[in-house]
Formats: sequence, structure tokens, C-alpha cells
Amino acid sequence: MSYVGSRVGRLEDPRLLTGTGHFADDEDRPGQLWMRVVRSPVAHATLGAVDISGALALDGVRAVLTGADVSLPPIPVRVSPDPGDLLGYLQPVLAQGRVRYVGEPVAVVVADDPYQAEDGADLVAIDYAELAPARDARTACGPGAPQLFHRLPNEVALVTASFGDAAAAFRDAAHVVELDVAIGRQTAVPIEPRSLLAEWDEARQSLDVWGATKVPHFNRRVIAGVLGIPPAQVRMHRCDAGGGFGVRGELYPEDILVAYLARLLGRPVKWTEDRAEHMVAVNHSRDQAHRIAGAFDSGGRLLAIRDEIWHDNGAYIRTHGLTVPELTVSMLPGPYRMTSFEATAHVAVTNKTPCGTYRAPGRYEGTFARERLLDTAASVLGIDPVELRRRNLLGPGELPHDRQLRALGTDVVLDEGDYPGLLERAVTESGYLSWAREARACRSAGRLVGTGLAVFLEKSGLGPYEVAEVQVDPAGRVQVTVGGTSLGQGIETVLAQIAADVLGVCPDSVSVIAGDTGMLGDGVGSWASRSTVVGGSAVLRAAEATGALARQAAAVLLGAGDAELRLAGGRVTLISAAQAGSQGQPGERAGPLAASVTLGEIAAALAGRPADGELPPGPLGARREFSVDHMTYPYGVHLAQVEIDRGTGAVRVLRYFVAYEVGRAINPATVDGQLVGGAIQGIGGALFEEVAYSPEGQPLTASLIDYLLPSAHEAPEVATLVTEDHPSGSNPLGAKGAGEGGITAAGAAVASAVGDALGTPSVPTRLPITPERVCQLIEASSGATGSA
Amino acid sequence: MTDAQSIRITVNGTEHELAVEPRRTLADVLRHDLAYTGTHVGCEHGICGACTVLVDGLPARSCLMFGVQADGRSVETVEALGTPDALGPLQQAFTDHHGLQCGFCTPGFLMLVTAFLRETPSPTDEEIREVVASNLCRCTGYQGILRAVRAAADAGAGS
Repeated sequence: MSYVGSRVGRLEDPRLLTGTGHFADDEDRPGQLWMRVVRSPVAHATLGAVDISGALALDGVRAVLTGADVSLPPIPVRVSPDPGDLLGYLQPVLAQGRVRYVGEPVAVVVADDPYQAEDGADLVAIDYAELAPARDARTACGPGAPQLFHRLPNEVALVTASFGDAAAAFRDAAHVVELDVAIGRQTAVPIEPRSLLAEWDEARQSLDVWGATKVPHFNRRVIAGVLGIPPAQVRMHRCDAGGGFGVRGELYPEDILVAYLARLLGRPVKWTEDRAEHMVAVNHSRDQAHRIAGAFDSGGRLLAIRDEIWHDNGAYIRTHGLTVPELTVSMLPGPYRMTSFEATAHVAVTNKTPCGTYRAPGRYEGTFARERLLDTAASVLGIDPVELRRRNLLGPGELPHDRQLRALGTDVVLDEGDYPGLLERAVTESGYLSWAREARACRSAGRLVGTGLAVFLEKSGLGPYEVAEVQVDPAGRVQVTVGGTSLGQGIETVLAQIAADVLGVCPDSVSVIAGDTGMLGDGVGSWASRSTVVGGSAVLRAAEATGALARQAAAVLLGAGDAELRLAGGRVTLISAAQAGSQGQPGERAGPLAASVTLGEIAAALAGRPADGELPPGPLGARREFSVDHMTYPYGVHLAQVEIDRGTGAVRVLRYFVAYEVGRAINPATVDGQLVGGAIQGIGGALFEEVAYSPEGQPLTASLIDYLLPSAHEAPEVATLVTEDHPSGSNPLGAKGAGEGGITAAGAAVASAVGDALGTPSVPTRLPITPERVCQLIEASSGATGSA
Repeated sequence: MTDAQSIRITVNGTEHELAVEPRRTLADVLRHDLAYTGTHVGCEHGICGACTVLVDGLPARSCLMFGVQADGRSVETVEALGTPDALGPLQQAFTDHHGLQCGFCTPGFLMLVTAFLRETPSPTDEEIREVVASNLCRCTGYQGILRAVRAAADAGAGS
């Protein structure tokens, strides 16, 4: 049987269900000290006198350092192709003379226990000479705005993308539809806060780190550079991670600080974030305003899209560089046909927490803007919203399609697929038409019920490469080591399934070690829905090479030709013997007369001995790298039915459906889990979640009392349709990645349904759609119709 | 800061005697003093519920309780429910129904639901949703958790 494609139970579950998992804060080292970060309480200020004497005098406090005490390079850009112009905007590890957001690290206190460290942090006295804050991207780019950096404009960059002659298309269009939309500032909020522990070994001049994830090999290179030691002398240990969603595992100031302090003090240093600091310290995301326009011909065919975007990046450019605005513009055309396109994103710094990626970065925002445009156009042109999309989706005969755009350093070439076909199936299988009938009936009865949809394009499987190693020990156990990391997505199970199929073993006899730099010297990481697509392909190749080596050795051990051998059930068997029903007895000594030999016996035969001329060189295992030039582009449809409480303005999602083409689902259960979980997270972003600031730049949502995550009360039942009709040609698994499509179109689909419920197809135009905003819309629409 | 106080606390049937500062949370006592690291801390202000344990049989946010308040009491943590090789029925239901992904919030849900099913062995779907809404999960969208609790209840996990 094939494990790939089966709902194999997760290998991670037993440890996670019994409290025997190993999260970063579960790790302690002898003699360990605790770090507490002193953070700026003001949004924008120059730093005056700093008095650390009170903190230093406190019992248990071992060290206090401010920006003046350290000379450390800023947090580097990891992903932008050319960070040259961004260097002046990078974040210092500790503030240097000026603070630019509430929460910026200003000093650190190290003490014997975390309570003492926190007491010490309270006693660090800092004078702040406050400056006016830059509040949002649009005003920050305008004249007279407070400037964050000397001799550098608040507008960090203009990110543009275009094809065709958009000006001509708009000039000749029968209809032009234009609207302003905005996506509020949000953040991922994994339930585990960050935690880091670093231990310096003076004799070996080496550092051990617990708590790194996502991109441990990159972070290791940076930390090694800061400490001036070779990367091989820094080991990032694998840990369980309590959710990633883009924010966890990027290199933050705290990653540098624990490493630096561990060496400086000669004792292990641990830092565990509390939720209040997480809300101001970890990357925020979204926070864009769009002025988007569509040009249509008289038949409702989309000719061109034009979009001007203001991207509020917060106070600094962090590891993602310009990734989010770049993805916003390059993915904005989505799955639609158009002759021309023109998008410009103004990337601005403001006095808020810096931004990075959050699940479906740029696509959640761009899909919202584009699909709101299409709903508005459908209404203006008098065309059914589903029909308008049907008319404008690229057809299967038009794929592959070169967008003539670039994203993350690759050409955007939309691969195999059938966008209109999936739309039809989604509409049919969800029962969308009956949802709409039901909504109309409810509205006739005075209830505010509506339906909406959004179609989207995703991207996944970003290169450049991933590395995997497969090894079999003499007991027959298979170990897979890979550069990607476990963030809770079930990657260990998925990679075990892939290796198990190739080697003919059970997945639970495969152990997967993901993202431990001590076990694998090179690797890239887990982001951009790449772990299965790129990492899985590397595992497949390494397992195939291991299987080939096993057959080669078995041919010698069994005295047979390769064509006479079969690898199955964890052993290589002579086909003639297998046909005769004799598999050889377990434990039977392998020899020329045996009918089969197990992988463990082969591993034993190859272990620790040079090639004897007949047997191939051991050990039994292989390391392979898998490279890709292009991303692959999964696509999908979200459908929603909502009801609005007329009195409170609260929106309740009654029904939700996600259709997603994933190329190949290695484990349908985990794919489903990704889609359902993503959809609820996206509904959170659609209705509840917003990082708010006061006019002075004070965060108003630094707790989970104020930043509202959906609970089981707000979460509707999400139905899914996962299709595998168009496997990706970019990788041998055919996988297209499944980590993000659950969330991508949630804001767009919910807004569409709310607009339908209110009878105002072009609004709401702002996420999240809070009760307050809904009440304003209800008031505005009843005022307009005079029915109030 | 005040001096440490001596407390006696029973965790999963084992009695521990230790000295703790009065301000030290029960979560920190369990995790860092007694090494019951299955109890997780997600928000430290009582919203997420990842730190839920049972104190004298009732669910409590261990981040909102001081260790000294557990003096003389009996605490149950996730470590009491089963082992990787022998999952308890509720744990088995969570894995069967994909009720966890990253697993960080899971111990809190397991303890919450353990107490719930003891008290309400035959719950309605609405009662299940109501109790599951006490804690936060960011990965699963709750669907798998709701199904797991339904299945555990139907299998008599609470009786």
C-alpha cells in the first residue's frame, strides 16, 4: 500500500498529547541565567540619561547592558534580493540613541531567575525626550511628517510591478470601477510565546541554541558571524514549536542577545517572552491601504487592474526586507486574465512595531482588494458575481501562463490548473446556490443574511533548494534529517510517509529530525509552504538513492541481478522467492542462499567497512539536495454565508467552504487541518483582529483581552474540497503546498457575504469588519434608502 | 520580595514539599520547580487556557494562581492522563480526530475537557462547544477538538 495519500496518524501526536514534547521553555541548563528585555514605553523619542545602578544593586541581578554597551550589527535582511538600499532602515539589536516604537529593546537585565530579572528591568531608569510619531503609511510619506531616520525618507521604497499598457486599457475601457480598501494591522499570535536559550562552551568555542525554528541555518550563520566563529561551531537544536504562521523563527534582536550574553557571561542565558511583550515585539503584518481600479469592456471582461498601495511597515525593515509588498503586487492579478496591469506600493516606516510575513503574506491583502473590486464591478455592471469571475478566470487551455512578473526572485509562471473548473465544483459541492436562496428568504423575513465568495491564487514551493538525508541503522530503523522545521504542521509525519513508501517500511519506523543544524550542516527552512514541496522532494530523492543502494548491496548478498529483486516490507526479496511465497525468515542470516535480506541486515553489512570490491560503499543512506527554479501556484475558492445582528453589528459566519487544488495531498488529514485552521484564522482577521494604536503611538491591543482571537464560539464548521487534479510539474511529488490557502481569501469572502447581507456589494472595504463598522454601514445604508 | 514559604502539594498523586516565593505562579512551580513541563504558559493573563490544570478536581488557570495557593491541595496535570505508549481515551480521541497541530494548547484543552466529562459524561454538542470556547487554539480552527470531545464522550471517557 502507499502511505503517501493516506490519512496516516501523526507521529508527533503521542509526545504532544502527553506533555512529553520538547518546547524551548521546557529546556533548562545548569547555571542558567534569565534575560529580561527593557522595552521603550514611548513610540518615538531620543534617548537621554540611562541609570542602571538601581537594577545592578538588586539581589540576583548579574548584568545590565544598554545600546551604549554593545557593538553589534543590526538585524540583517534574509530574503530581499538586494537589501542595499534598506541598510539604513535595519533594526539595531538595542536602540542606539533613539527609539522608534513602543516595545523596542533598549536594555537587557540578566539575573538568576526570571522574577528578579523583571524586578531589575523595572529599575532601569531611562530619560526619553519624546518626538511626534509617524502614524500611518500615507501620512508618513507626505510632507511635514515626523521623520524616523536622519537623511532617509520615511518612504523606504516604491515597489512596482506591471505588464501591458494599463493607461491605454483604462482610456479605452467601457467601464472603470475604482475603490479604496484597507486591511488592518494584524499579527499571527501563535499560542506559544517565543523562548530562546543559549549556552557557550569556552573550551570548544562553540554555542548551543534552543528555540530557533523556521530558518535555523540562516540564523546560525548570522549568530556565528556576530560571535566571530565558524557556523559549524553554533548548533541550533531542534525543538517543538507552538505555531509559526510566519512570525516565529525569524531572527529578532533577542536571538542575538541571548547568544552574545551567554558568551559574555560564561553562563547559559534563557529568555522567555510574555504575551504582553510578544504583542509589541514579534512581527506585525497586513496594514495596507489600496486604491484599486479595474477596467472592463462592455461584456464585463477585465482589461486591466491598476493599484496604488500604501504599506505600513512599522519602524524598521527586518529580515523580510520588502517581501510583503513585493508579493502583494506580484500576486495581485491572481488567477484572472487581463491584458495589462500596473501596481505601485509605497513602503513606509512609521512608529509602530516592525512588520514581516504572516501566513499568506501579500495574498490575504491583495486578494481582499481584488475580490472587493470584482464584487463592486459585478454590481455596477449588473452581472452575477460568480458569472463575472467565470468570465475572467484564465482557462485551462491558457495555462501555463507567464505573468511577466517577478516574485521572490523568480518568474511568475502559473502552472497547470483549471480555475473555472474548480469554481464550478466549489459552487456545486458547497450548495452555494441554495445558501444564496436561503439568504434571500431570510432577508425577505427581515434578517441580515448574505453569501459571498472569493477566488484566489496562492504560491508555494519556493526554492532555491532543500537538503535531506536518509540513513538506515543495523536495527532497520530509518532516520530522515531535513533542513525544514517542525512548526506544528505535521511535517515529521508527511516526510516519514514519503520515505516509508520508497523503502517499503511503516511510517512509524521512520524518525524525522527537522531543523537541527548539528544533525544536518546545510538547509533552508520552513516558510512559504515549502516544507512538503521542496523538503519532501529532497527526502524522496534521498530515500530513492538509499533504496537503490540497498538493492545494489542486496544483489551481492543474495547473488542475484537487480532485475530479480524487489524492495518491499523493509526487505529486499528475490522476486522468484516472493512469487513462491517464501520471504525468508526474520532473523535468518543473510547470505548467498537466502531469499531475502532486510534493510537492517544490509545496513549491518555496509556499516563501518570500506567497499570490498563487491559490496557498494556504506553506510546505508544518502543525502540529496532538491532544487527548484520556479514556484508552483495552487489555487482555490472560499465561500461564506453570514448573518449580521442588526442590534449589535456582530457578524456571525454560518457556513464556510474552502476548495483548494493542492496537486497532491501527501496526508489528506493534515491538508484538511491546514485548511480548516487557516480559514478560522482568516475569519479572525476578517472580523475581530486588529493591532490598534492611540494617536500617540501607544499600542491598545497588547493583551488577548484586546486583540481578539476566534474561539470555538466564533468558529463555524468549515467544509473543504481538496482536489488533486493538476499535480505540479515542478517536483516529483506533484505537490503544490497546502499551508496557506485556508486563510488567503477569508477576508475577501467574508466581506463579500457581509456586503450581500447589507445589500451594499461594494462595502465593507475595510478589515476587520468590527461590530462598530457594521453599525456604521447599517446606518449609512438605511439612511441612503430612507427606510430607517 | 518576601521570603520563601514552605508548601506541600500533591501532583498526580505524588506529594512534593518545597519552598516558593509567594509571588511565584503555580504554572512556574509546576514547570520549573517540579519539572511538569507538560503544562504550558501561553498568555499569563488567563485568556488562552494553555496552562489549565485541575486543582482538587476543578480546572484552574495555573498562570493566575500562586503556588502558595496550592498548598495542601491536589493538582492534576496532563502527565497524569497517559503516556506516549499508552494514551488515555481522551488523548486517543484527540489524535484520531486531528484535534491538535502544534500541540502547545493541547494539554490545557485535555485538562479542561477531563474535568468537564467527569461532571458531564453525556454532553450535548452545544455544551461541548461552550466548554471548548474557554480556551484558545490557533492551529486547528477547533473542528478537530470538538469532534474529539464528542467521540471521547460517546466512548464513555468521562464515566
